[in-house]
Amino acid sequence: MATTATLHSHAPQGFIRKYIFSLDHKVIGLQYFFLALTAVWVGMFLSLLMRIHLVWPTASLPLVGEIRPEMYLSLLTMHGTIMVFFVLTTAPQGGFGNYFLPIQIGAPDMAFPVLNMLSFWTTFIGFVVILAAFFVSGGAPLHGWTGYPPLSAVQSAGPGEGLGADLWITSIAIFCAASLMGALNFITTTLDLRAKGMRLMRMPLTVWSWFITAILGLLAFGVLLSAGILLLMDRNLGTSFYVPLIVVNGQIMGHKGGSPLLWQHLFWFFGHPEVYIAILPGMGVTSQVLSTFSRKPIFGYKAMVYAMLSIGFLGFMVWGHHMFMSGMSPYSAFAFSLLTMCIGVPSAIKTFNWLGTMWKGRIRFYTPMLFAIGFVSLFVSGGLSGPFLAQPVLDIQLHDTYFVVGHFHLIMGVAAIFGIFAATYYWFPKMFGRMMNEGWGKAHFWLTFIGTYAIFMPMHYLGMAGGTRRYSQYTEVAYLQRLMPIHTFMTYAAMITIASQFIFLINLFWSMFKGAKASDNPWESTTLEWTTATPPPHDNFGGRTPLVNHGPYEYGVPGAAKDFIMQTDAASTPAH
Amino acid sequence: MGFALLVVIWLITFGSAYFFIAKTWWLPLGASAAAHWIDGQFALTYVLMGIVFFAAQLSLGYIVWKYRERPSSGPVEYSHGNTTLEVVWTILTGVLFVGLNLMGSSVWASQRFDPAQPGAVPVEVTGMQFAWYFRYPGPDGKYGATNVKFMDPSAGGEAAVGLDTSDPAAKDDVVTGTMFLPVNREVDLSIRSVDVIHSFFVPSLRFKQDAVPGLNIHMHFTPNQIGDYEIACAELCGLGHYKMHGMVKVVSQEDFDKWLTAREAEKQ
Amino acid sequence: MAHEQLGRGGGVTEPPVRGGGDDGQGDDGSDYVGRLRRARLGVAVAIAAVVMIFVSLTSAYIVRQGLPTFDSPSNSYVRDWGEVSLPLALLIINSAVLLISSVTMEGARRSITRQSALAPVRSIPGVSLGAERRFPWLGLTVVLGIGFLAGQYLAWSELRRRGFFIPTNPNSSFVYLFTGVHAVHLAGGVVALLWAGVTSVLDKPIESRRIAIDVTAWYWHFMALLWIYVFALLEFAR
Repeated sequence: MATTATLHSHAPQGFIRKYIFSLDHKVIGLQYFFLALTAVWVGMFLSLLMRIHLVWPTASLPLVGEIRPEMYLSLLTMHGTIMVFFVLTTAPQGGFGNYFLPIQIGAPDMAFPVLNMLSFWTTFIGFVVILAAFFVSGGAPLHGWTGYPPLSAVQSAGPGEGLGADLWITSIAIFCAASLMGALNFITTTLDLRAKGMRLMRMPLTVWSWFITAILGLLAFGVLLSAGILLLMDRNLGTSFYVPLIVVNGQIMGHKGGSPLLWQHLFWFFGHPEVYIAILPGMGVTSQVLSTFSRKPIFGYKAMVYAMLSIGFLGFMVWGHHMFMSGMSPYSAFAFSLLTMCIGVPSAIKTFNWLGTMWKGRIRFYTPMLFAIGFVSLFVSGGLSGPFLAQPVLDIQLHDTYFVVGHFHLIMGVAAIFGIFAATYYWFPKMFGRMMNEGWGKAHFWLTFIGTYAIFMPMHYLGMAGGTRRYSQYTEVAYLQRLMPIHTFMTYAAMITIASQFIFLINLFWSMFKGAKASDNPWESTTLEWTTATPPPHDNFGGRTPLVNHGPYEYGVPGAAKDFIMQTDAASTPAH
Repeated sequence: MGFALLVVIWLITFGSAYFFIAKTWWLPLGASAAAHWIDGQFALTYVLMGIVFFAAQLSLGYIVWKYRERPSSGPVEYSHGNTTLEVVWTILTGVLFVGLNLMGSSVWASQRFDPAQPGAVPVEVTGMQFAWYFRYPGPDGKYGATNVKFMDPSAGGEAAVGLDTSDPAAKDDVVTGTMFLPVNREVDLSIRSVDVIHSFFVPSLRFKQDAVPGLNIHMHFTPNQIGDYEIACAELCGLGHYKMHGMVKVVSQEDFDKWLTAREAEKQ
Repeated sequence: MAHEQLGRGGGVTEPPVRGGGDDGQGDDGSDYVGRLRRARLGVAVAIAAVVMIFVSLTSAYIVRQGLPTFDSPSNSYVRDWGEVSLPLALLIINSAVLLISSVTMEGARRSITRQSALAPVRSIPGVSLGAERRFPWLGLTVVLGIGFLAGQYLAWSELRRRGFFIPTNPNSSFVYLFTGVHAVHLAGGVVALLWAGVTSVLDKPIESRRIAIDVTAWYWHFMALLWIYVFALLEFAR
């Protein structure tokens, strides 16, 4: 007799099946979240060491001793790699996406739960491999998260460029595989597992952001994988994909004819979509939170969807703006520059719409909302330095200076992180059944908001004055020495801001066990995760399947009994 | 809370803008012919972006204060958006961004689309871990051949760039560690690298170009003020990246000729 | 089965329905149809990812072939792509093996489709469809697949015999790279086939076996098409 195979298994028994090799997307989401949490503390510690070294280059620090220039560069490389991959590509998508995508579309789990579990554990292995680079002979590589050859392709080009660099590439390759697996799951789930009534144009913007991010990842990570394979071959098998005839440390290397620009093209073809992968989920969460806590529908839902789609699409066409100074054709530079300016347009639309959402709303200042508002401010600040960099003629001055570092940190290192914080504070009650402490949340917000501006805004001044990046110290060039006061200020700001993150960490863990009990829908929010129990049961909806009758942001509907209509409510709404 | 947000956001906005307006730390003195145009494009960009910055941040601060929920708040304005407004601000933003870009592109074209004029001073710049070398082709106007076989970075000078001394064109090549240039004459640079990617960056001359091994990149600029201008390597090249610096000395044509003649004489 | 309300305000729920949004068909008894559709969608998405890997390798191939490098002794730009003498006969035989394996794969796919369609009939007590001879489509495909991989190994040995190693010149590097990456993906397909074979021995439900073989078959056909592309690229675009 044919058995009815169900999509998900019955609730598992036993510690290993429940918490270690779980197939439940909610557990897997939390695993990703905690992996990212670990990674971000590692990444922050590395950046703290960097900032201290810049101001006190000869100091000997506890635990690490004196930081030599090559070690500074290893810290820089690993900081970038760990943050970009294991925090910004992991928490928003692997963490919250995994947990809430199925629930928000009314599904009992992801399309392929076994693949989901595998994608987490593969990511985990990737993390272990990259950390291993610190401990092998020669240490971690010093070639920056961008890994440009020949520096990254020749083992003798610097300390750490031996086994450490091979481990770095291997870790990234493992991460590529894990991301592709995850992307496959997200795309299939979104297309195929929506509950009845959950039309595409009724999906919450968070779901749209995870979906589009997954498509970007699907198309981009394969390219990074290819680039990495070629680099491993140049390093270990004597090929010359990237390496021309060069002399390193007085020795003629056995390569010839390769093109360093080939790596840059491949890497940035991945690298640019990657930064949109890092920010899109944060945009989705911001839309969701702003709407909920303004008690108003999102302004221009369709425009928001089209904006995210255009950002995703255009994101594949602008990679050359990282290469204006690289020796690439100046005509190509012009084309990339024009397309880059175009991609500023949908980002601007989203900003207008966020402002429009709060306009004439009734704003409730809970912690998630504070971080969403912070996201908008930081996204504006970080985004507006983009049009400077997008013009090749200005990039002449600004490329490889702290202006760029300030730009991408404000967007990725702060705005995207604020997206993660907003998501954490917003969904914590649903995940853990308890509320986080509001007072500590607000303190965390203020210190972080002001602190991150204090760290990263001055980088723009530093860059305009010619402050070059990836310098382990500013002691050797006269005009750089004069810029040191900026570095000193930023280091103190960094120390205070990093210390403030303990408030979040303590609040997070304390509230998990001691926080006030949460109701099923403490924020009076409309999307499907708030219709189910807190925390959700194993199959998300307790044996029932939601029937969706409304769009995701029906707040403040005139004539309705309450100021919000949940997606599964039967009440009628004005035509829209 | 709404008021606190308004105050903090406005303060951050004014505070950051102050340093842009006061130019506390700013672009260094522009000492090349292109600097005028580049700095002009800079100014245009930061005025326009500054206006957008103020508009966005100040309105964000205002909105979160004005529309904070109070017992006296009226109902929200239930709306799914305004298509006309969307179209209008999309077009305006597009015009602003694309227009800004097109205005800067003529400067880019003049800098990069065309080669140097005839009569420009030829100088070859070679980057290596962790120093810059400069080669003047001498009276014959031709660069002599170089070969990795002859490269010995530790020996400095001609050996560092691997000059093939058997090539007749190399006999009059002068290799130095400091770049001398005559003022008000266009320079025709050939930029190379021996090992990894470096970047030849002279902030005061508004000039930057990556030195890529396997390529010989031609660029040009025209220094128009006498002075000494520091070079800072602007592409991560290894542990000595932070100390890979050099100097460009722009002098009068007379002083330049005297200097070059003296270097030629030393070779005999 | 009692239908409980979900959400406030009286939403009516239906029995578990799988499938996109507003085209939900209602109760179809099992979600087998949905699982098949989902699995096919998944493999299509996976194929898209593999396509991107080969697109990027192809662009690397074109760029590396075309980009000249600066030769300082002669003060000029030169190209160094190099020649490779491909063992054509061997590769053509190998291609034939792979194409035939696609045929046998399709045979396996259709066979199990038929079997799973007939399963409900066969399960009626007292009904017999007669003894069916089962042609070993799946086994043949595995053998041919492994044969292809062995043939690739022979091709690499022949290349080495002719003096073309991985680092010999960029052309030879790409030959090994493309064929190697393809072989790795094909080996993954072979593992999937073995898994599909194992599931039949383990007596999993016929629907699950059908889904496994169906998606593997589409992947397998893609591998054959990909091979034709790789072969054509290496042979003609040099």
